[in-house]
Amino acid sequence: MQTTKRRRTRVATGALVALMLAATAACGGDDGDETSDGKIKLTVATFNEFGYEGLIDEYNAMQDDVVVEQKKAGTANEHQDNLYTKLAAGSGLSDIEAIEVDWLAALKQESDAFADLSDPEVEGRWLDWKTEAATTDDGRLMGYGTDIGPEGICYRADLLKKAGMPDDREQVAKMFTTWDDYFDAGREFVKKMPDVAWYDASGATAQAMINQTEYTFEDEDDNVIAADNPEVKQIFDTVTSLSQEGLSTKLVQWGEDWVASFQQDGFATMACPGWMLGVIEGNAEGVEGWDIANVFPDGPGLWGGSYLTVPVQGKHQEEAIALAQWLTAPEQQAKAYAAKATFPSQVAALEDPAVTGDTREFFNDAPVGEILVERAKAIEFIPHKGPKFADINTAFQQAIQRVDEGKENPQQAWDSFLADVERLG
Amino acid sequence: MRTDTHPVPPVGDAAGPASPTGGTRPDAAGTGGPTRRTPWRSRVSRWDARLSPYLYISPFFVLFALVGLFPLLYTAWVSLHQWSLLSGQGEFTGFDNYRRVLEDRYFWNALRNTISIFLLSSVPQVLIALVLAGLLDTRLRGRTLWRMSVLIPFVVAPAAVALIFGNVFGDRFGLVNSGLEAIGLSPVAWHVNTLASHVAIASMVNWRWTGYNALIFLAAMQAVPRDLYESASLDGAGKVRQFASITLPMIRPTLLFVIITSTIGGLQIFAEPRLFDTQGLGGSDRQYQTLTMYLWELGWRVRDLGMASAVAWLLFLIIVVFALLNLLLSQRAGSLAGRPHGRARRQGAKP
Repeated sequence: MQTTKRRRTRVATGALVALMLAATAACGGDDGDETSDGKIKLTVATFNEFGYEGLIDEYNAMQDDVVVEQKKAGTANEHQDNLYTKLAAGSGLSDIEAIEVDWLAALKQESDAFADLSDPEVEGRWLDWKTEAATTDDGRLMGYGTDIGPEGICYRADLLKKAGMPDDREQVAKMFTTWDDYFDAGREFVKKMPDVAWYDASGATAQAMINQTEYTFEDEDDNVIAADNPEVKQIFDTVTSLSQEGLSTKLVQWGEDWVASFQQDGFATMACPGWMLGVIEGNAEGVEGWDIANVFPDGPGLWGGSYLTVPVQGKHQEEAIALAQWLTAPEQQAKAYAAKATFPSQVAALEDPAVTGDTREFFNDAPVGEILVERAKAIEFIPHKGPKFADINTAFQQAIQRVDEGKENPQQAWDSFLADVERLG
Repeated sequence: MRTDTHPVPPVGDAAGPASPTGGTRPDAAGTGGPTRRTPWRSRVSRWDARLSPYLYISPFFVLFALVGLFPLLYTAWVSLHQWSLLSGQGEFTGFDNYRRVLEDRYFWNALRNTISIFLLSSVPQVLIALVLAGLLDTRLRGRTLWRMSVLIPFVVAPAAVALIFGNVFGDRFGLVNSGLEAIGLSPVAWHVNTLASHVAIASMVNWRWTGYNALIFLAAMQAVPRDLYESASLDGAGKVRQFASITLPMIRPTLLFVIITSTIGGLQIFAEPRLFDTQGLGGSDRQYQTLTMYLWELGWRVRDLGMASAVAWLLFLIIVVFALLNLLLSQRAGSLAGRPHGRARRQGAKP
């Protein structure tokens, strides 16, 4: 009797364990690290468009014992939530995880969770500041650079012509050398074309100016200086007053109205990093007259860019690092640029004819590659973004938006921005 | 239920056949004899009859303990600590996280928005669903088609709904505003004005859930005995009177169920307002940041899981309070509406 009882208990326990395993397995999905024929399975998690589809096929064809699979998140936010959650949980991350430059500060505090990628093999591959940003204080390299976002100014040549202003690429570039010139041109434009705004969004223009300032919201030691930094206040005052003058669409970047305004002749110019070209082409499909000027007001501007990291929780770090090195090699990055206009951060790729010779029909056959290479080479530093940068920046953007929407006047919006900064601590 | 009305008592039923089979088995007779075995066997079957049902329903409760109760308690534990999303557990701080949440003006703002959106969605939703179910309960041609089609919005993913409604409620180039302008009215700033944004979000929720609730009501209405309606129409009651005096009181338990589930759902609303702007913080002035969005902001943007957990528990308590309030109110309302019926039953009970 005793034995049957014990057996019964064992069966019951077994059933319960099986049930739990089934439940947890259901969450895990098909995250096995080996395929049925014994090959190592590597996963690469990216967001938006990295242009890796063709490259991964190419890599799989080259390898006998590794199969690579890409996991694409629709938006950077979605990818970030997933990354943070699984990093906190200590499991579930892909073998290679892409990260955005703006998250580096927060992730550097967890640099132990990522493999040190420094390797003599890849030394000197990237533009200096690109590697520097991903290097921790103790010299660990957290990520391999993928793309960067050097900015030019995209504009509607047809609308400029209608307003009786120069519309030729070279002449326009001369008009936009400083922010003051750019805004003066805007004032002239809206006087003649009152129904069309000068730029796409107040927030975007503010962002472009923020990206040109080395220390905006936090100083070198990550102390919050947003409230006292005169540069921040000046950017806020400039953008909100220009908006009142009618230079801005007063729309929120990426919102439905913003997307629709590309089709409605909503505005004439916008700051455009390399990856924005694809966005414009998509949103403004069928609209003729877009062009890009080889200039950015008040010096170079850099907006965005990503890295590939190898989390230490992965079982095949060695293979993952090899793959990450291959994916971020200049030749591969040039192909990714050809696929999705993700502008390379590799020194050699900036010489690659596939990049330098790139022209885009949509932008009036502009030599886009040549322009962006020149814009990228002009960049000397990237702004310091500490752990609180993203949160404060969001509050800053919201304050500008409140003025645009008429919810607050500039003074009220600035005061409530200060309260938000205080709240973030 | 009294046992004498039951044709065969369940315990006796199970124990009855067990004792003869036990007694006739040769090995059992050899070892101890039926006198010793039978009580044990019958005891086993009695236990079997009593305990088996609990064993059968236990998988749910075991799973619930694992994926429901444990996270709930663990969240309470986290809420009493400093807890960063990335670096994990910090110092024990007692109720400090709760204090910080309650002192944060955005918490109260989110609470106000949540209740406002909840009222704008749940109230019309339940009322429209009731009327819809009442109409579907009549003799329509192609009944199944109509009944199925009210469920179609429910099948569409919330993200897709938000995308479509985002275009419909665009401030400048949206469908609704173009319509308003076409008939000479001024456009509404759906993303700017607090009340307008709540109405827009509530309409997404209503679009999705009304049909679902209507089908639940319909199922309950179908169980109402038809002869009640017949005698009511013989007494001269019109359709509306029949609906108010027969249908509503008869489906009261279902009404209660729907009200409570939509309260829970309404207070936890996330996807629709989250996707209504690009930042996901609920507008430039957080005009439509709900409590779950506030929780998400604290946990995943500010990366303070301790505070986020405190919000989760506060939300839990708020929902419990609302559910109890609902229960109380709808019971009172139900007993008012069902008074004639209730009196009849009481009279019947006293012969």
